[in-house]
Amino acid sequence: MSSVWRVADVVATRMETPTARTIRLRIPGLHGHLAGQHVDIRLTAPDGYQAVRSYSIASGGGRGAIEPHDLPDDELELTVEELADGEVSPYLVRDLADGDQLEVRGPVGGWFVWRDGDTTPVQLIAGGSGVVPLMSMARAHAAAASPAPFRMLYSLRSPASGYYSDELSALAADTASPLQLDYVYTRQAPEGAPAPARLTAEGLMRRTIPASDSPTFFICGSTPFVEAVSGWLVDAGHEAARIRTERYGGIGGTP
Amino acid sequence: MTDQDFLDGNAAAGMLSEVFAADVTTAVGCCGNCGDESVVARGRVYLDEHGLVVRCSVCGDVLAVASERAGRLCLDLRGLAWLEFAVE
Repeated sequence: MSSVWRVADVVATRMETPTARTIRLRIPGLHGHLAGQHVDIRLTAPDGYQAVRSYSIASGGGRGAIEPHDLPDDELELTVEELADGEVSPYLVRDLADGDQLEVRGPVGGWFVWRDGDTTPVQLIAGGSGVVPLMSMARAHAAAASPAPFRMLYSLRSPASGYYSDELSALAADTASPLQLDYVYTRQAPEGAPAPARLTAEGLMRRTIPASDSPTFFICGSTPFVEAVSGWLVDAGHEAARIRTERYGGIGGTP
Repeated sequence: MTDQDFLDGNAAAGMLSEVFAADVTTAVGCCGNCGDESVVARGRVYLDEHGLVVRCSVCGDVLAVASERAGRLCLDLRGLAWLEFAVE
Protein backbone atom coordinates (compact mmCIF):
# COMPACT_ATOMS: atom_id res chain seq x y z
CA MET A 1 0.00 0.00 0.00
CA SER A 2 1.23 3.45 -0.86
CA SER A 3 2.20 5.77 1.94
CA VAL A 4 0.16 8.74 0.73
CA TRP A 5 -3.10 7.23 2.00
CA ARG A 6 -3.96 8.07 5.58
CA VAL A 7 -6.74 6.90 7.84
CA ALA A 8 -9.04 9.74 8.91
CA ASP A 9 -11.57 9.71 11.74
CA VAL A 10 -15.06 11.05 11.20
CA VAL A 11 -15.47 13.61 13.99
CA ALA A 12 -18.89 15.07 13.17
CA THR A 13 -21.40 15.37 10.35
CA ARG A 14 -24.25 17.71 9.39
CA MET A 15 -26.83 17.65 6.60
CA GLU A 16 -26.69 20.83 4.48
CA THR A 17 -29.69 19.90 2.31
CA PRO A 18 -31.76 16.68 2.10
CA THR A 19 -29.07 15.22 -0.21
CA ALA A 20 -25.82 16.89 0.88
CA ARG A 21 -23.80 16.27 3.99
CA THR A 22 -20.85 18.01 5.56
CA ILE A 23 -18.33 15.62 7.09
CA ARG A 24 -15.62 16.73 9.50
CA LEU A 25 -12.49 14.57 9.37
CA ARG A 26 -9.49 14.43 11.66
CA ILE A 27 -6.42 13.42 9.67
CA PRO A 28 -3.39 12.49 11.76
CA GLY A 29 -0.36 14.53 10.63
CA LEU A 30 -2.40 17.11 8.70
CA HIS A 31 -1.15 20.67 9.04
CA GLY A 32 -3.92 22.78 7.57
CA HIS A 33 -4.79 23.08 3.89
CA LEU A 34 -5.16 25.69 1.17
CA ALA A 35 -8.60 27.08 0.33
CA GLY A 36 -9.91 25.26 -2.75
CA GLN A 37 -7.94 22.01 -2.42
CA HIS A 38 -9.53 18.58 -2.55
CA VAL A 39 -8.98 15.15 -1.06
CA ASP A 40 -9.46 11.70 -2.54
CA ILE A 41 -11.45 9.16 -0.55
CA ARG A 42 -11.03 5.42 -1.04
CA LEU A 43 -13.62 2.86 -0.02
CA THR A 44 -12.81 -0.85 0.00
CA ALA A 45 -15.54 -3.48 -0.23
CA PRO A 46 -15.27 -6.77 1.70
CA ASP A 47 -14.25 -8.51 -1.55
CA GLY A 48 -11.36 -6.08 -2.04
CA TYR A 49 -13.00 -3.91 -4.71
CA GLN A 50 -11.91 -0.31 -4.31
CA ALA A 51 -13.47 2.96 -5.41
CA VAL A 52 -11.72 6.34 -5.25
CA ARG A 53 -13.49 9.69 -5.56
CA SER A 54 -12.37 13.31 -5.20
CA TYR A 55 -14.20 15.69 -2.88
CA SER A 56 -13.60 19.39 -2.42
CA ILE A 57 -12.73 20.75 0.98
CA ALA A 58 -15.39 23.12 2.31
CA SER A 59 -13.60 24.45 5.37
CA GLY A 60 -11.18 27.32 4.98
CA GLY A 61 -8.79 29.24 7.16
CA GLY A 62 -9.45 26.99 10.12
CA ARG A 63 -13.18 27.60 9.94
CA GLY A 64 -15.95 25.13 9.16
CA ALA A 65 -19.73 24.81 9.23
CA ILE A 66 -20.09 22.42 12.13
CA GLU A 67 -19.90 23.65 15.75
CA PRO A 68 -17.38 24.46 17.04
CA HIS A 69 -16.60 26.56 13.97
CA ASP A 70 -12.88 26.89 14.71
CA LEU A 71 -11.03 23.87 13.39
CA PRO A 72 -7.68 22.61 14.66
CA ASP A 73 -4.89 22.16 12.09
CA ASP A 74 -5.48 18.42 11.73
CA GLU A 75 -9.16 18.70 10.83
CA LEU A 76 -11.07 19.69 7.72
CA GLU A 77 -14.60 19.47 6.37
CA LEU A 78 -15.94 18.15 3.08
CA THR A 79 -19.44 18.58 1.73
CA VAL A 80 -20.64 15.62 -0.34
CA GLU A 81 -23.67 15.64 -2.65
CA GLU A 82 -25.40 12.29 -2.99
CA LEU A 83 -25.53 10.98 -6.56
CA ALA A 84 -28.43 8.59 -7.07
CA ASP A 85 -26.29 6.19 -9.11
CA GLY A 86 -23.07 6.84 -7.20
CA GLU A 87 -20.81 4.16 -5.74
CA VAL A 88 -19.31 6.27 -2.97
CA SER A 89 -21.47 9.30 -2.26
CA PRO A 90 -24.60 7.42 -1.03
CA TYR A 91 -22.44 5.72 1.60
CA LEU A 92 -20.87 9.01 2.68
CA VAL A 93 -24.19 10.86 2.84
CA ARG A 94 -26.42 8.12 4.28
CA ASP A 95 -24.38 5.50 6.14
CA LEU A 96 -21.18 7.02 7.46
CA ALA A 97 -21.32 7.64 11.23
CA ASP A 98 -19.29 9.58 13.79
CA GLY A 99 -16.30 7.50 14.84
CA ASP A 100 -16.04 5.70 11.49
CA GLN A 101 -12.77 5.78 9.60
CA LEU A 102 -12.04 6.65 5.96
CA GLU A 103 -8.95 6.31 3.79
CA VAL A 104 -7.91 9.75 2.57
CA ARG A 105 -5.28 10.97 0.09
CA GLY A 106 -4.37 14.66 0.21
CA PRO A 107 -5.21 17.51 0.55
CA VAL A 108 -3.92 17.94 -3.00
CA GLY A 109 -3.90 20.57 -5.73
CA GLY A 110 -2.05 23.87 -5.85
CA TRP A 111 -3.82 25.46 -8.83
CA PHE A 112 -7.48 25.93 -7.95
CA VAL A 113 -6.58 27.62 -4.66
CA TRP A 114 -6.85 31.07 -3.14
CA ARG A 115 -4.06 32.31 -0.87
CA ASP A 116 -4.97 34.87 1.75
CA GLY A 117 -2.06 37.19 0.91
CA ASP A 118 -3.50 37.83 -2.55
CA THR A 119 -5.34 41.17 -2.69
CA THR A 120 -6.52 40.87 -6.33
CA PRO A 121 -10.32 41.13 -6.75
CA VAL A 122 -11.85 37.64 -6.83
CA GLN A 123 -15.04 36.49 -8.53
CA LEU A 124 -16.30 33.08 -7.45
CA ILE A 125 -18.87 31.37 -9.71
CA ALA A 126 -20.61 28.23 -8.46
CA GLY A 127 -22.95 25.86 -10.26
CA GLY A 128 -24.84 23.68 -7.76
CA SER A 129 -22.53 21.66 -5.52
CA GLY A 130 -19.60 23.45 -7.17
CA VAL A 131 -20.00 25.95 -4.35
CA VAL A 132 -17.96 23.74 -2.00
CA PRO A 133 -14.36 24.78 -2.84
CA LEU A 134 -15.55 28.37 -3.34
CA MET A 135 -17.01 28.34 0.18
CA SER A 136 -13.59 27.28 1.41
CA MET A 137 -12.16 30.42 -0.25
CA ALA A 138 -14.94 32.66 1.13
CA ARG A 139 -14.32 31.32 4.63
CA ALA A 140 -10.57 31.80 4.31
CA HIS A 141 -11.17 35.33 3.04
CA ALA A 142 -13.33 36.19 6.05
CA ALA A 143 -11.03 34.46 8.54
CA ALA A 144 -8.07 36.48 7.25
CA ALA A 145 -10.13 39.72 7.18
CA SER A 146 -8.68 40.01 3.68
CA PRO A 147 -8.94 43.39 1.91
CA ALA A 148 -9.36 41.61 -1.47
CA PRO A 149 -12.77 42.40 -3.02
CA PHE A 150 -14.69 39.09 -3.09
CA ARG A 151 -17.88 38.39 -5.00
CA MET A 152 -19.77 35.11 -5.39
CA LEU A 153 -22.35 34.16 -7.99
CA TYR A 154 -24.16 31.00 -6.95
CA SER A 155 -26.38 29.31 -9.54
CA LEU A 156 -28.71 26.71 -8.03
CA ARG A 157 -32.00 24.95 -8.72
CA SER A 158 -34.03 26.21 -5.77
CA PRO A 159 -33.60 27.87 -2.36
CA ALA A 160 -33.88 24.43 -0.71
CA SER A 161 -30.90 23.09 -2.66
CA GLY A 162 -28.58 25.84 -1.41
CA TYR A 163 -25.64 24.94 0.81
CA TYR A 164 -24.47 27.15 3.71
CA SER A 165 -27.34 29.65 3.26
CA ASP A 166 -27.18 31.21 6.74
CA GLU A 167 -23.41 31.41 6.76
CA LEU A 168 -23.32 32.95 3.29
CA SER A 169 -25.77 35.62 4.48
CA ALA A 170 -23.50 36.28 7.45
CA LEU A 171 -20.43 36.55 5.21
CA ALA A 172 -22.32 38.98 2.99
CA ALA A 173 -23.12 41.13 6.05
CA ASP A 174 -19.54 41.04 7.39
CA THR A 175 -18.35 44.64 7.65
CA ALA A 176 -14.61 43.92 7.89
CA SER A 177 -14.32 41.70 4.84
CA PRO A 178 -17.63 41.48 2.99
CA LEU A 179 -18.59 38.88 0.38
CA GLN A 180 -20.82 40.34 -2.32
CA LEU A 181 -23.34 37.57 -2.95
CA ASP A 182 -25.63 36.98 -5.95
CA TYR A 183 -27.93 34.02 -6.42
CA VAL A 184 -29.35 32.74 -9.70
CA TYR A 185 -32.26 30.28 -9.34
CA THR A 186 -32.77 27.99 -12.30
CA ARG A 187 -35.92 25.98 -11.38
CA GLN A 188 -37.65 27.60 -8.43
CA ALA A 189 -37.01 31.06 -7.02
CA PRO A 190 -37.87 32.38 -3.55
CA GLU A 191 -40.88 34.67 -3.18
CA GLY A 192 -40.21 38.18 -4.36
CA ALA A 193 -37.21 37.15 -6.46
CA PRO A 194 -37.20 37.22 -10.27
CA ALA A 195 -38.68 34.17 -12.01
CA PRO A 196 -36.31 31.20 -12.23
CA ALA A 197 -34.18 31.08 -15.37
CA ARG A 198 -30.91 29.65 -16.54
CA LEU A 199 -27.87 31.86 -16.31
CA THR A 200 -27.22 33.79 -19.51
CA ALA A 201 -24.18 35.72 -20.74
CA GLU A 202 -25.98 38.98 -20.03
CA GLY A 203 -27.09 37.84 -16.55
CA LEU A 204 -23.54 36.75 -15.82
CA MET A 205 -22.12 40.16 -16.72
CA ARG A 206 -24.64 41.96 -14.51
CA ARG A 207 -23.59 39.90 -11.48
CA THR A 208 -19.82 39.71 -11.80
CA ILE A 209 -16.82 41.99 -11.33
CA PRO A 210 -16.17 43.85 -14.62
CA ALA A 211 -13.11 43.22 -16.81
CA SER A 212 -11.89 46.76 -16.04
CA ASP A 213 -11.14 45.57 -12.45
CA SER A 214 -9.11 42.56 -13.73
CA PRO A 215 -10.59 39.98 -11.32
CA THR A 216 -9.34 36.44 -10.87
CA PHE A 217 -12.13 33.92 -11.50
CA PHE A 218 -12.66 30.61 -9.76
CA ILE A 219 -15.45 28.64 -11.46
CA CYS A 220 -16.66 25.27 -10.22
CA GLY A 221 -19.60 23.26 -11.48
CA SER A 222 -20.56 20.65 -14.04
CA THR A 223 -18.52 20.58 -17.24
CA PRO A 224 -21.26 22.23 -19.41
CA PHE A 225 -21.72 24.98 -16.78
CA VAL A 226 -17.99 25.68 -16.56
CA GLU A 227 -17.62 25.64 -20.36
CA ALA A 228 -20.50 28.09 -20.89
CA VAL A 229 -19.45 30.50 -18.15
CA SER A 230 -15.75 30.60 -19.00
CA GLY A 231 -16.59 31.10 -22.70
CA TRP A 232 -18.88 34.06 -21.91
CA LEU A 233 -16.21 35.64 -19.72
CA VAL A 234 -13.57 35.44 -22.44
CA ASP A 235 -16.09 36.85 -24.94
CA ALA A 236 -16.66 39.76 -22.54
CA GLY A 237 -12.98 40.63 -22.53
CA HIS A 238 -11.72 38.80 -19.46
CA GLU A 239 -8.25 37.32 -19.79
CA ALA A 240 -8.30 33.54 -20.08
CA ALA A 241 -5.17 33.42 -17.90
CA ARG A 242 -7.19 34.83 -14.98
CA ILE A 243 -9.89 32.17 -15.20
CA ARG A 244 -9.35 29.03 -13.13
CA THR A 245 -11.82 26.20 -13.39
CA GLU A 246 -12.72 22.99 -11.64
CA ARG A 247 -15.18 20.69 -13.33
CA TYR A 248 -16.78 18.01 -11.24
CA GLY A 249 -18.12 14.69 -12.37
CA GLY A 250 -15.99 11.85 -13.65
CA ILE A 251 -16.72 8.23 -13.09
CA GLY A 252 -19.25 8.88 -10.34
CA GLY A 253 -21.59 10.69 -12.72
CA THR A 254 -22.53 14.35 -12.74
CA PRO A 255 -24.56 15.84 -9.89
CA MET B 1 -17.74 8.96 -23.52
CA THR B 2 -18.76 12.34 -24.90
CA ASP B 3 -16.86 15.57 -25.43
CA GLN B 4 -18.23 16.81 -22.10
CA ASP B 5 -16.85 13.94 -20.03
CA PHE B 6 -13.62 15.58 -19.03
CA LEU B 7 -12.34 17.26 -15.90
CA ASP B 8 -9.56 19.78 -15.31
CA GLY B 9 -5.98 18.76 -14.77
CA ASN B 10 -6.61 19.45 -11.07
CA ALA B 11 -8.36 16.09 -10.94
CA ALA B 12 -5.05 14.30 -11.52
CA ALA B 13 -3.49 15.77 -8.38
CA GLY B 14 -4.33 12.88 -6.07
CA MET B 15 -3.12 10.01 -8.23
CA LEU B 16 0.05 11.82 -9.29
CA SER B 17 0.81 12.70 -5.65
CA GLU B 18 1.56 8.99 -5.28
CA VAL B 19 4.75 9.36 -7.29
CA PHE B 20 5.77 13.03 -7.36
CA ALA B 21 7.04 14.91 -4.32
CA ALA B 22 5.86 18.21 -5.82
CA ASP B 23 2.36 19.14 -6.98
CA VAL B 24 2.27 18.16 -10.66
CA THR B 25 -0.87 20.15 -11.43
CA THR B 26 1.00 23.46 -11.03
CA ALA B 27 3.95 22.25 -13.12
CA VAL B 28 4.18 23.69 -16.65
CA GLY B 29 4.16 21.11 -19.40
CA CYS B 30 4.94 21.44 -23.09
CA CYS B 31 2.73 19.50 -25.49
CA GLY B 32 4.94 17.33 -27.68
CA ASN B 33 2.50 17.71 -30.56
CA CYS B 34 1.52 21.39 -30.76
CA GLY B 35 4.10 22.97 -28.45
CA ASP B 36 1.54 24.65 -26.20
CA GLU B 37 3.01 25.44 -22.79
CA SER B 38 0.59 25.53 -19.88
CA VAL B 39 0.14 24.29 -16.34
CA VAL B 40 -1.02 20.69 -16.07
CA ALA B 41 -4.14 21.94 -14.24
CA ARG B 42 -5.32 23.44 -17.54
CA GLY B 43 -5.17 20.09 -19.32
CA ARG B 44 -8.24 17.96 -19.86
CA VAL B 45 -8.46 14.88 -17.67
CA TYR B 46 -10.47 11.81 -18.68
CA LEU B 47 -11.00 9.28 -15.89
CA ASP B 48 -11.98 5.66 -15.91
CA GLU B 49 -11.72 2.83 -13.42
CA HIS B 50 -8.12 2.07 -14.45
CA GLY B 51 -6.70 5.56 -14.20
CA LEU B 52 -6.60 8.76 -16.17
CA VAL B 53 -5.58 10.37 -19.43
CA VAL B 54 -4.45 14.02 -19.62
CA ARG B 55 -4.98 15.70 -22.98
CA CYS B 56 -3.72 19.04 -24.29
CA SER B 57 -6.48 21.67 -24.02
CA VAL B 58 -5.33 23.20 -27.31
CA CYS B 59 -4.78 20.30 -29.74
CA GLY B 60 -6.34 17.41 -27.82
CA ASP B 61 -3.30 15.16 -28.08
CA VAL B 62 -2.52 12.81 -25.20
CA LEU B 63 0.04 14.33 -22.80
CA ALA B 64 0.10 11.68 -20.10
CA VAL B 65 -1.53 8.41 -19.12
CA ALA B 66 -1.55 7.08 -15.57
CA SER B 67 -2.99 3.68 -14.76
CA GLU B 68 -3.11 1.85 -11.48
CA ARG B 69 -3.43 -1.91 -11.15
CA ALA B 70 -2.50 -4.48 -8.55
CA GLY B 71 -0.59 -2.00 -6.43
CA ARG B 72 1.47 -0.63 -9.36
CA LEU B 73 1.13 2.82 -10.94
CA CYS B 74 2.25 3.04 -14.57
CA LEU B 75 2.96 6.48 -16.00
CA ASP B 76 3.29 7.20 -19.75
CA LEU B 77 4.58 10.74 -20.38
CA ARG B 78 5.43 10.42 -24.07
CA GLY B 79 3.12 13.28 -25.07
CA LEU B 80 5.04 15.81 -23.00
CA ALA B 81 8.18 17.40 -24.42
CA TRP B 82 9.05 18.56 -20.91
CA LEU B 83 7.63 19.33 -17.47
CA GLU B 84 8.88 22.26 -15.41
CA PHE B 85 8.40 22.44 -11.65
CA ALA B 86 8.77 25.29 -9.19
CA VAL B 87 11.50 24.40 -6.69
CA GLU B 88 12.44 26.01 -3.39
